[in-house]
Amino acid sequence: MKAKTVDRIATGVIVAIAVLILAVLAGLLGYLLVRGLRHISFDFLTSPPQTIKAGGGIGPQLFNSLFLLVLTMIITIPLGLGAGIYMSEYAKENRFTAFVRLVVEVLSSFPSIVIGLFGLLVIVNRFGLGFSLLSGALALTVFNLPMMVRITEQSLRSVPREQKEAGLALGISRWRTITQVMLPVALPSIVTGTILAAGRVFGEAAALLFTAGMSSPRLDFTDWNPLSPTSPLNPLRPAETLAVHIWKINSEGLAPDAPEIAAGASAVLVITVLLFNLGARWFGRLLYRKLTASK
Amino acid sequence: MSEIALYTKDLSVYYGEKQAVKRVSMAFPSRQVIALIGPSGCGKSTFLRSLNRMNDLIAGARIEGEIWIGNDNICDPQTDVVQLRQKIGMVWQRPNPFHKSIYENIAFGPRYHGVRKRAELDEIVETTLRKTALWDEVKDRLHQSALSLSGGQQQRLCIARSLAVKPSILLMDEPASALDPISTSKIEELIAELKKEYTIIIVTHNMHQAARISDKTGFFLLGDLIEYDDTQKIFTNPSKKSTDDYISGRFG
Repeated sequence: MKAKTVDRIATGVIVAIAVLILAVLAGLLGYLLVRGLRHISFDFLTSPPQTIKAGGGIGPQLFNSLFLLVLTMIITIPLGLGAGIYMSEYAKENRFTAFVRLVVEVLSSFPSIVIGLFGLLVIVNRFGLGFSLLSGALALTVFNLPMMVRITEQSLRSVPREQKEAGLALGISRWRTITQVMLPVALPSIVTGTILAAGRVFGEAAALLFTAGMSSPRLDFTDWNPLSPTSPLNPLRPAETLAVHIWKINSEGLAPDAPEIAAGASAVLVITVLLFNLGARWFGRLLYRKLTASK
Repeated sequence: MSEIALYTKDLSVYYGEKQAVKRVSMAFPSRQVIALIGPSGCGKSTFLRSLNRMNDLIAGARIEGEIWIGNDNICDPQTDVVQLRQKIGMVWQRPNPFHKSIYENIAFGPRYHGVRKRAELDEIVETTLRKTALWDEVKDRLHQSALSLSGGQQQRLCIARSLAVKPSILLMDEPASALDPISTSKIEELIAELKKEYTIIIVTHNMHQAARISDKTGFFLLGDLIEYDDTQKIFTNPSKKSTDDYISGRFG
C-alpha cells in the first residue's frame, strides 16, 4: 500500500475511536442527566432523606460529600506534597527509594474495598474513631496519597533543571528554591492531579461503607459547633456520602420513589464533580498567575 | 599582575569513573574576562560548573583538588555552599528567568538575603537593570512576566538577576550561543562594561567572541588545560601545536 493510503486509513481509524469515546461519554452523561434532572429541585438538594415515605432529599449526603472532600484534602495535600518533594528532590536513588516507589505504585492500584476493610479494622476499631467522617477521610487518604505523591514527584521532575540551578546559584537554600522557584512552575500539573484525586473522593463508595458509615445523624444546620454531635461540622460523626447513598437506596431503599432519588442523586453527583473540576481549575489558574505574574 | 579573584589547584572532576577534568590549575585575575575555549566535551563547562559547586547536583559527580577564593578553599566539605554561591553569579546558555515578574526575578535573591525594605529593593532592581542596559526597555512593565521578554532581553535579565545578590565573580556558560547576532553583540558590550567591577569567566564556542571580549584565554582539550595565556598571545602566537590547530579551525 502507498504511504498516503496508510496515512489516510490511520487517520480514519483514530478519528473513529475518538468519536466512539465521545459518543459513549455523551450517551452516559445524557442518560444520567435526562433521567435525573427532573427530580432535582431546591427541596431535593436541601431536605433530609425519608426511609419509607416518598419525597426525601439528599441534603445531608451532599453536604457530607463536600465536607469529606475538604477533610480528605486537608490531610492528603500536605502529606502528598511533602512526600512528593522528598522523593523528587531529597531522596537518593537507591534500593530503599526504589522500594518506596514500588510500594506507592502498589498502593495506588489497591482495590478500594480492601482499603475500606483496612479502615474498619485499623482506623474504626483499633484506633476507636468509630464510623466517622474522620475515619472516612483517613481511609481515602490511604487511597489518594500514592497518586498525590506521584503527581507531585513527576511535576517537580519536569521542571527544567536550569530553573533549580538558577535559584541555587543565587545562594538561595534548597528548600526556598523548591518552594518558591520550582513549585510555581510545577503548579498547573499538580493542580490537575489534585483534581483527579479529589474526583475519586466524590465517587468513592466501597472504601467509605465501613469507615464513614452508611447513616447520617439528624443534622442541625444551625449548629456550627464542631464538637456538638448534631453539628454538620463534627468530624467524629458518621456520615453517609452521596455515592454511598446512591448505592444504598439502589440496593435496599424502601421509599417508593427510590429509583427517582437514585437518578436525581446521580445527576447531582456528576454535576458536582463537573463544577468542582471547573472551580479547581479556575482557582489553580488564578494561583499560577499570581505566583508567576503571567497572563 | 593584578590580584587573583579565584584559583584552582590540581582540580579534577569525575562523572562516575570518567574523568572529565584532569588536574587543572588556573588562576583568574580580578576584573578581567577569561575565556575558556575548546571542542565539545573537552571539560570546559564541567570545569566552569565546578567553580560554584553546581556539579554537586549531578549524581555521581565528584571533585578532587582545590578551589581558592581569597582564603577559603571551597572544595572543603565544611564550606557553606549556599553562602559561597552568593559570591559567584552564574549565567546559562539558554536564558532561564524564573516564572515570575521582571521585578521579582531580580528582587527574589536580595530579599532572601535580607533586604526587606521596598525602597531598597526598588533601587536594586533599577540599578541592576540599568547596568544591563535593560531599564529603558522594561521600566514600564516591571510587573509583567519575565517570559514575555525576547530571548536577548531574558538573558540580560538573568545577568541582572545574578548581579542583584552582589557577587564578585560571574560564570557564564556560552551566554550568547542561543541568541541572534544583535542580542549577542549587546551581551558582549555588557561583558566589556561589567569587567570594571566583576571577574568574568566565560565558556564560549565562538572563537571570534573569545578574541573580541577576553583578556586571557584557556584552551581545553579532552579534560586537560592545554594552554592558558593572554588572549592576544593565544590567538596570534600560541605555544602549543594543538592550540594553533584548534584556533585556525583544523579540528573541533
